[in-house]
Amino acid sequence: MLCDLLIALTMLTNFALVTSSRVAKVVRLAVIQGIILGSLPIAMGLGRHPHILLMAVSTVAVKGWFIPFLFRRALKQVKTPREVEPYIGYGTSVIFCALGTALSLMLAHTLPLEPGAAHPLLLPAGLATLFTGCLLLVSRKKALTQVVGYLVLENGIYLFGLMLVEEMPLLVEAGILLDLFVGIFVMGIVINHISVAFDSMDTHHLAKLKD
Amino acid sequence: MAWYLILLPLLAALLAFLTPSPAWRPRILPATAVLHLGGLLAALRGPLRPGAWLALDPMGGWVLLVISVLFLLCAWYTPAYLALRPNRDNRIFITCFLSFLGLASLLAQATHPGLVWVAMETLTLSTAPLIYFNKNQRSLEAAWKYLMIGSVGIAFALLGTLFIAYAAHMGGLREPLRFDRLCLEAARLSRPWLRVGFILSLVGYGTKMGIAPLHTWKPDAYGETPGVVGALLAGGMTSCAFLALLRVQTVMAAAGEGPFARGLMVVLGLVSMAWAFVFLVRQGDLKRMLAYSSVEHMGILLFGIGLGGPAAAFALYHLAANALVKCVLFLSVGNIHRSYDSRQLPYVTGAIRRTPVSAWLLLLAFLAITGTPPFAPFVSEFNLALLALGPGRTWPGLLFLILLAGVFLAMSDTLVKVVFGAPSRERARTPYRDTFGTTAPLIAALALALVMGLWLPSPLASMLRSSAALLEARP
Repeated sequence: MLCDLLIALTMLTNFALVTSSRVAKVVRLAVIQGIILGSLPIAMGLGRHPHILLMAVSTVAVKGWFIPFLFRRALKQVKTPREVEPYIGYGTSVIFCALGTALSLMLAHTLPLEPGAAHPLLLPAGLATLFTGCLLLVSRKKALTQVVGYLVLENGIYLFGLMLVEEMPLLVEAGILLDLFVGIFVMGIVINHISVAFDSMDTHHLAKLKD
Repeated sequence: MAWYLILLPLLAALLAFLTPSPAWRPRILPATAVLHLGGLLAALRGPLRPGAWLALDPMGGWVLLVISVLFLLCAWYTPAYLALRPNRDNRIFITCFLSFLGLASLLAQATHPGLVWVAMETLTLSTAPLIYFNKNQRSLEAAWKYLMIGSVGIAFALLGTLFIAYAAHMGGLREPLRFDRLCLEAARLSRPWLRVGFILSLVGYGTKMGIAPLHTWKPDAYGETPGVVGALLAGGMTSCAFLALLRVQTVMAAAGEGPFARGLMVVLGLVSMAWAFVFLVRQGDLKRMLAYSSVEHMGILLFGIGLGGPAAAFALYHLAANALVKCVLFLSVGNIHRSYDSRQLPYVTGAIRRTPVSAWLLLLAFLAITGTPPFAPFVSEFNLALLALGPGRTWPGLLFLILLAGVFLAMSDTLVKVVFGAPSRERARTPYRDTFGTTAPLIAALALALVMGLWLPSPLASMLRSSAALLEARP
């Protein structure tokens, strides 16, 4: 019950993400989503497995504390306005997000779930979050919001991974989390270089190379 | 031995990071490369002992051998190259360069889909700083695109990996999901999940390979990095992504879904070749030209695997041929770039008078990569065309031949101007001259491609045969 509520909350954060106009707010929402997701395994009653408990704690630590720390540091160094500046408007974004969510629900029906699967909502929620991440990635100008898009996309995959969480080897799970962490870290470094080189985080500066 | 191959380069990377002297640091590269290749050859001689997480099977062994040889050639070239750029700090460059080899060794030997994914993602992250070597706005843009497109692509591959794990979960298979176990019990896997998992893996690893239309990072990344990084990416990293995809393909074949997977691969392969051809016509930037050539050859690899049967062995053979010749192409273009301080027509013309050795090598490597006998790519491209024109199918083979011919014409248009054109007066000559250090590795690579085209030692041929059998799910 609690678990379904958390999944529904995740889907609501998707909508909040595509409508937020402030970079700081988008970051905060992504962090909230990460914390919800990190605590999901415990809500699912899997806290009895020590390795899942360990992963849940480290996921919350990385997504709720370390990644926002990196984001805030990147934000502080840039003096430019804090608007998101989307390529497509907020209204259109909501419509796209809603369409993506509906499509995810339909897609989830075509894939058979294991009979008696405890949380059938994980699959559509995962796909919808993945779609939201892609939407943020392609429709926002700032480098930082693109990284948030990547983070949300990874959150979607994480949701799906929860369907297999009891079986996944710790090595693989730790590897995935570490890669996400290092990935965001490297992107953060590149953002710093971008803001120094162009005195802004807009990716439209990054359009010189073409055929 | 498995751990030796992974840890040797990673420890060397650590050593390079800690070495204070920028003059000494490049020497770690060739030493590590020789020790790695020696260890790999010893490991390939030994019997195959399936390990829990790491094992060197013929397919992984072949790809790792290609990467190790390519790495040795690049490592031989790099000290001479870095000596030409004394104002650039080489600490991060050499550290990342060496990490690449360790992570490629991990990927080639990984037996678990999750571990393969982790290795591929880490490989992406460790190569991003290489692209930013020149530290200007253009290389920053290239590195950013490489990171974002690569990370999103690889995220799809992760989802694909999880889908395949769920397919196994539906079939009652429990961890550890090693590839050999997945193949043995493939009949139990859930088909819809497996199919979607394959498509997602194809998109994900295909992005890292740079097959059209997922190749958009490639021209920028190859265009803005030093030639030696381009050689390593075009011959090494793309081969790693291809291997990851092949692992998924073995599961598909074992599950009886081979025709579905192969059909997709033939179509994507031809799309890649056609896309590359369009952008090769009148391509005035030498390094971007090589990037599109790489897109074309990734298409050829997919096409070969898609044909199935004996063609799979030729596709794997082409992987090696492509890596060797691409090495010559990227390094000779890099030399010419050094000499002209430009890589664009109409500034770069008449290279044969300025840098005769590099220009000749570029010309010969161009002839080799477009399938001129007796170089190695000829053997694979000729045989793939023959097999594609086999009974019951004409269109794929015909298209394949037309595209090969088109690419030859498109590339020759640019290259003839670069090599033989009237010497440009607009570009002052830089102090760069062809030296032993910047040309000998290229000659060695071209010689290897020539020898390989004429004669393949029987242990290597048997590795190719057993890899092809694995891809056909014939034990």
